[in-house]
Amino acid sequence: MKQFLYFGAFALWVALIAATPLLADNYTIRIAISIAMFSAMAVSWNFIGGFTGYPSFSTAAFFGLGCYAGALAQRNGIPLVMAWVFATLFVAVFAAMLGAIILRLKGHYFAIGSIAIVDLTRLITSSWGSLTGGGDGLNVPLLQGSPQEVSALVLYVMLAILIVAFLTSIYVDRSRLGFGLKCISQNEDAADMVGVNTTSFKIVAYTLSAVFCGAVGAVYASWVGYIDPTDSFSILLTLKVPVMVLLGGAGTLLGPVLGAGVFVMLEEVFWANFLEWNRAILGGIIVFLIFFLPNGLLKIQYRTLYGALVQKLRSAPKQAEKSS
Amino acid sequence: MTEILRLENVSKSFGGNRAVNDVSFSLEEGEIIGLIGPNGAGKTTLVNLITGVHPLSAGKVIFAGEDVSRQQAFQAARRGLARTFQIVQPFPKMTVLENVAAGALFGGGTGSVEDALDLAHEELKFVGLDAVADTPASSLALPNRKRLELAKSLAMRPKFLLLDEVNAGLNASEIDGALDLIRKIAARGVTILIIEHLMKVVLSISQRILVLHHGELIAQGDPRTVIEDPQVVEAYLGSKFAARVKAESHHA
Amino acid sequence: MDIIQILLNGIVLGSLYACIAIGFSLVWGVLNIINMLHGSFIILGGYLAFFAWQYSGVNPVFLLPIIAALLFGLGYLLQYFFINKVVMSPVLTTLTLTFGLDMILYNLMTVFFTATPRRVTLDLGTINLGDMYLPVDRLMGMGLALFLTALLFLVMRASKIGRAIVAVRMDRQAATLMGIRVNNVYAITFGIGAFMAGAAGVIFSMVFPITTNLTGTFLGKAFVICVIGGLGSVPGALIGGIALGLIESFAGYTIGPQNATTVGFVLMLFLLIVRPTGLVGVKGYE
Ligand SMILES: Nc1ncnc2c1ncn2[C@@H]1O[C@H](COP(=O)(O)OP(=O)(O)OP(=O)(O)O)[C@@H](O)[C@H]1O
Ligand SMILES: [Mg+2]
Repeated sequence: MKQFLYFGAFALWVALIAATPLLADNYTIRIAISIAMFSAMAVSWNFIGGFTGYPSFSTAAFFGLGCYAGALAQRNGIPLVMAWVFATLFVAVFAAMLGAIILRLKGHYFAIGSIAIVDLTRLITSSWGSLTGGGDGLNVPLLQGSPQEVSALVLYVMLAILIVAFLTSIYVDRSRLGFGLKCISQNEDAADMVGVNTTSFKIVAYTLSAVFCGAVGAVYASWVGYIDPTDSFSILLTLKVPVMVLLGGAGTLLGPVLGAGVFVMLEEVFWANFLEWNRAILGGIIVFLIFFLPNGLLKIQYRTLYGALVQKLRSAPKQAEKSS
Repeated sequence: MTEILRLENVSKSFGGNRAVNDVSFSLEEGEIIGLIGPNGAGKTTLVNLITGVHPLSAGKVIFAGEDVSRQQAFQAARRGLARTFQIVQPFPKMTVLENVAAGALFGGGTGSVEDALDLAHEELKFVGLDAVADTPASSLALPNRKRLELAKSLAMRPKFLLLDEVNAGLNASEIDGALDLIRKIAARGVTILIIEHLMKVVLSISQRILVLHHGELIAQGDPRTVIEDPQVVEAYLGSKFAARVKAESHHA
Repeated sequence: MDIIQILLNGIVLGSLYACIAIGFSLVWGVLNIINMLHGSFIILGGYLAFFAWQYSGVNPVFLLPIIAALLFGLGYLLQYFFINKVVMSPVLTTLTLTFGLDMILYNLMTVFFTATPRRVTLDLGTINLGDMYLPVDRLMGMGLALFLTALLFLVMRASKIGRAIVAVRMDRQAATLMGIRVNNVYAITFGIGAFMAGAAGVIFSMVFPITTNLTGTFLGKAFVICVIGGLGSVPGALIGGIALGLIESFAGYTIGPQNATTVGFVLMLFLLIVRPTGLVGVKGYE
């Protein structure tokens, strides 16, 4: 029953986003692409941050490597789709190998280590000029077609990545893997003791948290046509994605999608209206989130909230009567 | 009788501190063995060594004929070496049922999550926790948490169960309940090693006793002989206690 | 370049690094919080020094106590009213919160101060020792940084508040029972962290051009130094800072300055894996 609800809500939302090229202008499509792409990354992050409870901040490293791997593959003559696939696999292998090393760390040390990965990949990309173009960035072969066709194509590819990520998360949630990840998130020693191969489970979760970001990065690079280290490996991105998941509800299935959608739209509103204060407003949202929505939008006790509201409304007229 | 567990010259040092020193013994299948010793004697460390939590500094652990000295904790669990923790370690936000299902699914090698939940139900009935199956583990009181630990270990279908002070913190009647349960588990054919500070309890349940002191195995054998061993009396029991236990057991 | 020159440059740089990292290390060690605001605190200190200097012409050395005190106040308030509320939460929550606060502070700085690189130019000349060459402003920066480090060391050792911080760090609960107001101690600790960051910013503004774009760089240095030196100890941060300064100085010379930072990060990851408690790993406060 619950599963159907999830599927239904998700399908409706995806359909709505998918309809934008038919209904709306290019600006709206651009937002739709943003939503699809951040949703896919948020769903991805949820594997390690939500299910497994590891405070991973390496999203931007995976995204950025996806950008560069895709771009470089194309520049070396690999056809578009193959280049995207290559980038995805490259990032997956990278994450699995990296995970085997840094997942030994826990808590604060893991957090720091995972952020350092972003800095490190950016620094290496910047200084390896002969391969990556260094700080000057890299031009990526443009997608063929009119602007409308290109944005529709990018949107559908991003949505496809999102759908695969989402289905994977549903599958993981119900499987042995997901069960083990939840055990790890609550008590890693106990998980070990009941026979969960914690090392390999964590590596799988970390790889899942990377693979869709890699795919998104590769497609993103083709869409924008130009990438540079600062944009591709941005600390802002690496923190934004977890915030989206927290906003929706970490460890839930729909939370990351909901959080990413709400966040991107809020951000869009602030960009449009308060350009200068955009960053501060987002910071304000984060602070608000931590204090007032610690479990995310999905886990609000809406019933209690509704009850409290009704009670307030009921008592308000009485008070008004008294005072009059 | 077949041997199930053998330790050969097992040692463990933490930095300069020898927590377990050159311990060797052999245990038979189906026994209930008591492991006693003063605080800090190395009992918990020994359990950690047998179950792969700490790597050995020296020696060998042979379980069911297989050298498992280098195993990791999760491998021990899958081999049928289950243990409970001195400080209970539930998955706090999962339900009691899910906690036990985790044992079945990973340690017990159950095929699917559904099967694991089924098996978990049975084990909960066995330990008498079926009424609270759907409450979060964190809401249980201590006696029930201890039972949950037992159910979780049992769901792993262990051949050998190591119980680290499962009775600590329980009152007399709760202890009686726990002992009944342990006997029921033994009746299922599970070999049990139980760490316990209350001598009365150890004596009533164990067929054999091992005594650790400063990381060394200073005595082993059937309960009566062990408590009369002068070394054990000196190191652990104290002479008054030994005399009392002796008197009591003569009356009985 | 002469090896002694490289060594000297490394030590000068390292002293500044130590000053950058000490506050961060203190906050992490005592509050168990990764303070993402730290980089912005440093830049804020630097900007305040620049503008105050530009406006008044007073040597920033004399402005330093005022600016650092201002940052102490800011840090105290942030911790007291915001971070204290979630101080026991998992790292994901605390790190995200300080990052959110940082976004606000960063935005305020870019709006009021703009991102233009600023530098206090005192034109103090250089000292030439044989064929070695040392700018006086750097030497002065190093002296100030070491002085502040020593001062903090003394405060932690000898003052009442220092002892209270140590007590809270060792055992929060026991400290509460002893009548220590933990929230207040936390706020003071965070304030001290901001104080040191602000002071480091003032010093930096006299030595290098600073801009808001550097917040992340400074934060990254603080990470690396903490991992090298261990958490929450003044000597640890000093050793970590000087080690990083020397490493960067040598790496810059051998494989090029653009790779120096990378070497620091690689070393940090390596250390994290082999020695997660840090090289110096001092327990308690020293
Ligand atoms: N992980 C560890 N690191 C360092 N030292 C340890 C570790 N685990 C145990 N020790 C040390 O090993 C010794 C034996 O400890 P252990 O916990 O095995 O004793 P015990 O017999 O279980 O005591 P108790 O009856 O109090 O449970 C102690 O000195 C303890 O400090
Ligand atoms: Mg013990």
